[in-house]
Amino acid sequence: MVSTLGEEGLRAGPQGSQVPVLEVRGLTKTYSVGRFGKAKLVRALSNVDLSVMRGEVLGLVGESGSGKTTFARTVALLERPTSGEIRLLGRGVPNRLNQARLREHRGHVQMVFQDPYTSLDPLHTVRYSVARPLQTFKVAPKAAHAEAVDRLLTQVGLVPPQDFLRRYPYQLSGGQRQRVGVARALAARPALLLADEPTSMLDVSIRLSIMNLLLDLQKAESLSLVFVTHDLAGASYMSDRIAIMYAGHLVEVGPSERVMGEPRHPYTQLLRRAAPDPASHFGTGRRFEARGDPPDLANLPSGCPFAARCPHVRKECTEALPEWRQVGPGHQARCVLY
Amino acid sequence: MPPLLEVRDLYIGYGWDERNVTTIVRGVNLTVAPGEVVGLAGESGCGKTTLAFAAAGLLEPPGRALAGQVLFEGTNLLELPPEQLRALHLARISMVFQASMNVLNPVTRIREQFKDAMKAHGVGSADEASARAKEMFARVKLPERFLDAYPHQLSGGMRQRAVIALALCLEPKLVFLDEPTTALDVVVQRSIIQMLNDLRHDLGFGVVFITHDLSLLVEIADRIAIMYAGAIVEEAPAQLLYQGPEHPYTAALMSAFPPVGGKRKRLEGLAGQPPDLRRLPPGCAFAPRCTRFIQGTCDTVAPPEVRTTEGRRVSCHLYAETVPSRPLPEAGPEALGSRGNGARVAGQPIGLSPGEGATN
Repeated sequence: MVSTLGEEGLRAGPQGSQVPVLEVRGLTKTYSVGRFGKAKLVRALSNVDLSVMRGEVLGLVGESGSGKTTFARTVALLERPTSGEIRLLGRGVPNRLNQARLREHRGHVQMVFQDPYTSLDPLHTVRYSVARPLQTFKVAPKAAHAEAVDRLLTQVGLVPPQDFLRRYPYQLSGGQRQRVGVARALAARPALLLADEPTSMLDVSIRLSIMNLLLDLQKAESLSLVFVTHDLAGASYMSDRIAIMYAGHLVEVGPSERVMGEPRHPYTQLLRRAAPDPASHFGTGRRFEARGDPPDLANLPSGCPFAARCPHVRKECTEALPEWRQVGPGHQARCVLY
Repeated sequence: MPPLLEVRDLYIGYGWDERNVTTIVRGVNLTVAPGEVVGLAGESGCGKTTLAFAAAGLLEPPGRALAGQVLFEGTNLLELPPEQLRALHLARISMVFQASMNVLNPVTRIREQFKDAMKAHGVGSADEASARAKEMFARVKLPERFLDAYPHQLSGGMRQRAVIALALCLEPKLVFLDEPTTALDVVVQRSIIQMLNDLRHDLGFGVVFITHDLSLLVEIADRIAIMYAGAIVEEAPAQLLYQGPEHPYTAALMSAFPPVGGKRKRLEGLAGQPPDLRRLPPGCAFAPRCTRFIQGTCDTVAPPEVRTTEGRRVSCHLYAETVPSRPLPEAGPEALGSRGNGARVAGQPIGLSPGEGATN
């Protein structure tokens, strides 16, 4: 389904430019789960429309099973989209790519993974892990690799680099591993960095430093960054815009301060009330009320996926998926209330 | 009212070898009143879980208490024979741990696990145990039919509810919750916290809540103790701690948690790493990372524990009655007013004076 707001709606970013690096239309991903003959179709992503501007940080927020990781992995073509269109740097990405074209795509789109303990090959040194993309994506001639690796490690704060080059992942702390993960992603010189919960496995004191590192690099390299997280505080710290996902659907998109300050979709409002936030919760004596669970992705209801849990549900909510509505400057929600 | 739990000057060390013991918990004093929620926060490795294990009477080799007492309703758990400790566990003292979604036996129906637990504590008939399990399921808002389910048939949040029901089935007086919601989604986390709070009002148990998530703790705890390198560096009522942290470590830890919403502002959080517990720096363990470090004092003399206001204590030179030889650096407003004047005689040890022991 194409947004009623057309092109304008899903684009505006307050800090970023108006040049989209990534444009996604109607992105859908289904998986067949279960035994042959009794297989069920799980809809991990349903018709997602989303753009990311050059130099923008977009926070993609949702609970487990909301499709936020699937979105990142599909954009990186680690998963094949079932349907929908992905445009990268103004160029359509065909559904079937040959090896060379796939490599080109991944040179532009790099990922930082959630678990720094499993996303680095334990048998390779830091030098190898960071140099490999230089070769794969032909970023620099072999003779320049050593210098490039030194520069990348310095950029991510692993200084002096020679102390880290020969180390294996087991010789690094969690925070250091994640820095290697970031250096490896940057080595490809991507236009778009997809960071999938890059801080959730790290200790509190390390989290902020990794978030600051990503912000610094994003500014220095005018990268576009998609920060995938379930942590509202982290998303609001990092992002120019925030997109909220629920049960494979995008339900609200807008400038970070607006989405967190005046959440419009009832699901975003629920998330906002659930998040720890002493500043606004103190002394209110409020009770937290929530009913139900997210729907079964193999058996999605027609209409709004949040309808069964929504305190404002109307008859029309269960009939068809609501259209996108403009609820503020650059701020849209997919809800009939507006 | 006498405290439910009183930890007195507790030291815990780890090590199989007598000559090679690392001290993990250093001189901790902590009390929990009946029905009170005490929060324990700090970075990984600060000793909060070790402290909880010891306070629950669960410490096992290579960990052992080197000194101090753990008084539960007046009984020192550290000296209790194992069979008496076992009788206390679940019945009087209970615990829910982070990985507790995985503590349920995967090949036994949940109802059987309730029966086993209650049988071990002498709850008479299977019917009585079954009825109690049913009641607890209702309390944690789980449909009764899941009593006959296997753990894998429940979602993570449901399993955590089942574990909480099991932990509370004998109505313990003290419950340790170690990161009970960390692995769960925010909405599920909030529902479980709300439920625990309701249960606490109904059943009246005291709670020690351990988490690294200070924002969450500030909302749910009555009092919060902040641990660093095995010691409690600050303790205060939750709201006061949030509004004006006194210890520089508490302030730094709090600044590592960005707020939700509002104007975006760069935070620097906590620089550096916790010290190696085998080689603690002389003086204050936090000194190497502290932004308000006083040279010649913080790096040489252990900080005194100071009661700054009623119910608050902080272990920091900034709040010492008398200020060691050098003038203090520019201090925040929260440091003012609690500082006396007069100079300390150089070289005088800054230890605990009689009035500066544990609060409460």
